[in-house]
Amino acid sequence: MKYMNEYRDPELAKKYLEEIEKTVTQPWAIMEVCGGQTHSLVKNGIIDMLPEQVTMIHGPGCPVCVTPLNLIDKAIHLALNEGVILCSFGDMLRVPGSKINLLEAKAKGADIRILYSPLEAVKIAEANPDREVVFFAVGFETTAPANALSLIHAHRKGLTNYSILASHVLVPPAIKAVIDDDESNIDGFLAAGHVCTIMGNSEYHPLSATYNVPIVVTGFEPLDVLQGILMVIRQLEANKAKVENQYSRIVKEEGNTEAQKMIFEVFEIRNQLWRGIGEIPESGYAVKEKYAAFDANKKFSISIEEAPEHPDCISGQIMKGIKKPFECPQFGKKCKPSFPLGAPMVSSEGACAAYYHFSGLIEA
Amino acid sequence: MQLQCPMPKLDFDVITLGHGSGGTLTNKLLDSGVFDVLSNDILNERHDGAFLEMNGKMAFSTDSFLVSPIFFPGGNIGELAVNGTVNDLAMCGAIPKYLSLSFIIEEGLKMTQFWEILVAIKYACEKANVNVVTGDTKVVEKGKGDKIFINTSGVGNIHPKAHINEKNIKIGDKIIVSGNIATHGMAIMSVREGLEFDSTIESDTTNLNHTILKLIDAFGEDIHLLTDPTRGGIATVLKEIALSSNIGIDIFQKDLPIDSQVASACELLGLDPLYVANEGLFLSFVDASIADSFVATLQNDENGTNAKIIGTIVEAHPKQVILESAIGGKRMVSMLPGEQLPRIC
Repeated sequence: MKYMNEYRDPELAKKYLEEIEKTVTQPWAIMEVCGGQTHSLVKNGIIDMLPEQVTMIHGPGCPVCVTPLNLIDKAIHLALNEGVILCSFGDMLRVPGSKINLLEAKAKGADIRILYSPLEAVKIAEANPDREVVFFAVGFETTAPANALSLIHAHRKGLTNYSILASHVLVPPAIKAVIDDDESNIDGFLAAGHVCTIMGNSEYHPLSATYNVPIVVTGFEPLDVLQGILMVIRQLEANKAKVENQYSRIVKEEGNTEAQKMIFEVFEIRNQLWRGIGEIPESGYAVKEKYAAFDANKKFSISIEEAPEHPDCISGQIMKGIKKPFECPQFGKKCKPSFPLGAPMVSSEGACAAYYHFSGLIEA
Repeated sequence: MQLQCPMPKLDFDVITLGHGSGGTLTNKLLDSGVFDVLSNDILNERHDGAFLEMNGKMAFSTDSFLVSPIFFPGGNIGELAVNGTVNDLAMCGAIPKYLSLSFIIEEGLKMTQFWEILVAIKYACEKANVNVVTGDTKVVEKGKGDKIFINTSGVGNIHPKAHINEKNIKIGDKIIVSGNIATHGMAIMSVREGLEFDSTIESDTTNLNHTILKLIDAFGEDIHLLTDPTRGGIATVLKEIALSSNIGIDIFQKDLPIDSQVASACELLGLDPLYVANEGLFLSFVDASIADSFVATLQNDENGTNAKIIGTIVEAHPKQVILESAIGGKRMVSMLPGEQLPRIC
C-alpha cells in the first residue's frame, strides 16, 4: 500500500525510538487526542516500546464514545417505534444505550443499515420515498463535511424523507476542557491529523500559547505517531510550546477550505454534551435553521427521558486521561467488549476496548 | 457456465411456497433438472435416504450457508456450500465422498438464480470429486428467509496416513498459512449494500481436498493440525487453539500474506484483516523439521502459491496469541467479540 507501508518501516521505527530515548531526560505525560492514534499505539505495540519516562494518555477523540446516551436512546426509539430506516456507521451499533444498543434494536426488527458514507443514506431515501430515512451523524470535524454534504444533496434533490440525528463534536474545545480539568496533568498533545486536514491548524495556536503547551498535529501510522511523540518531547525538553505539523503530507495550515464551507453552510457551533464528560462550551455542531427540515431532532418530536450512565463506568475519567483503563475495577471483569458498561469499551478506537483487545502485555 | 448447462424451459419463473410443499410442484421443480444436474447412481434411486457403502474410520461434517449477497465476486452461495463442507472434511484428514444438500428458499427466488446456484454446485462437486446423494427443498414465506439458505453435510474416509488432532500440536510447531488472508470477506464486503466499493477483489472460495491429500501423502503424521479460518478470521481460530490446547502462539505481521487491494480495503473500512473471513485458505500446524519442505510443496500447488510460515507454538504465555507488529512492537490477539463493524474514521 503506497503511502502506508513507508510509514510502517521497522528500521525507521527503531531510529525514532532511539532518538526519543536519547532526548528524554525526565517524565512526560503526552495525550494523543484521537482514538485512531490510540488504536495505532496499541495495535502496533508502541506503548511498550517507549522509554519509561514517556506516559501516553488516551484522549476523548473517540466519536462513538462521546455520543450522548440520550441521543443513542433517541436513535433506538426512532428505529424501533417510528418505522424509520436508521442508517449508521458500523461501530455505533454496539454502543450501549440506557437499555439496549442498536444491534439489539435491529434484532427486534428495527430497520438499521450500516453505511460507510452518509451519501448512501441519501440514495436510500431516494429509493424509499414512502419511508423516513435518518442518518445517525456522529463524529468529529472529520465526518462533518460528508454529513453536511448529504443535507445539501437532499435539499437540492427536494427530498422530504431524509434527515440526520447529529452529534458532532469538536477537538479544540475538548483539549481546552482537558487542560482546564484540575485532575488532569498533561504536558503535551498529539492533535488529530485528520481533523486538522479539514479544519487546519489555526485553532491550535492560541491554545498552545495560552496554556504554554506543545501541540503536534500528528498522523496515524506507527512512524507518524513515533515522530509526533519525538517532536513533543523535543519541545518539552527545550522548554518550548508551539504548534508543529508532523502530518504535513496531508495537513495544510488553512485546512480544506472547501470542506469548511460545506460545514458552515449546514452547521453552526453550539454547546455540546459529551458522554462521560459533560457539557463543553462551543464544542459541537447543530444543524442551522435553514436546514431545520433535515434535522431529525426537530422533525420527530420525541422526548426521551434522560437515563443515568451505568454507575460502575468511569469513562469520563478515562477520556480525560485521569485514569488508565486497567485502573478501572470493572475493566475486563464486568466490562468487556462483548458486554460493555460504557462506550470506550465498544469501538476499537475507545481506550478501554483498544487496551482490552491488544495490550494484555501492558495490563500484566 | 450456464452455456454448458442450459436451464430447461419451465412454466414458472419464480419459486413459490408450493414448490416446497412436497406435492406436484415440488416434483416439477426437482424433475425440471435438479436431479439431472446432480445425477449419480445413489441420488437417482430417489429414496428417502441414501444407501452408502463405507468402511473404516470416517469423518462427518455439516455446515449452513447464509451468505448475503448470494452472488458475489468470484462465486455464489452454491459453490460455497459444497466447498465449505468438502474443506471441513479435508481439515479432518478425510477424503470427502458424499454430500447431503438442503435448500431453504424464500419464495420469490428467480428460477434463473436458482439454476445458476445449482450449476455452481454441480461444478464444485465435480471439481472436488464428491457426489450429492440426498437432499431436501423447503420454501418459506417472503420475509422469513433471505433468498436462499443452503445446508450441506458430508462424509469421507480418513486418509490412512492422516493423524490430525489438536492434541498432537507441540511446542516448536510451525504455523503455515496457505495463501493471502482476508480475501473472501473483503470480496463480500465490496458488494454489501451501503459499503460497496470498486475493486477487482474476488472470493477465493475453492475446494482444498486435493491439495490437503497431497500434503498428507507427503508429510503424514508430521502434520499435526489443519484448520480453515473461515468466520472470525485467523485471529479467532488461533486464539481458540491457544485456549483449548493451553499453548502460546507467536505470529509475525510482516509474514502475513495479503493482497494489496484487500489490505487497502481493510484500511479504508477500518477492519483488521486478522478478523476477516476466509474461504479457500487453511492453516497447518506442522513439525518444525518439515516446515520448509511443507511450504515448498504447498507453493507448487495452485491453492498454495503464497503459502508462508506465519508463526510458532511457544511455551511462554500459554493461552495467549502474541502478534509482533510490522515495527516490532508486541500485542495480544483476542477473539472477535461479535460481528466486525466498520469504523467511523
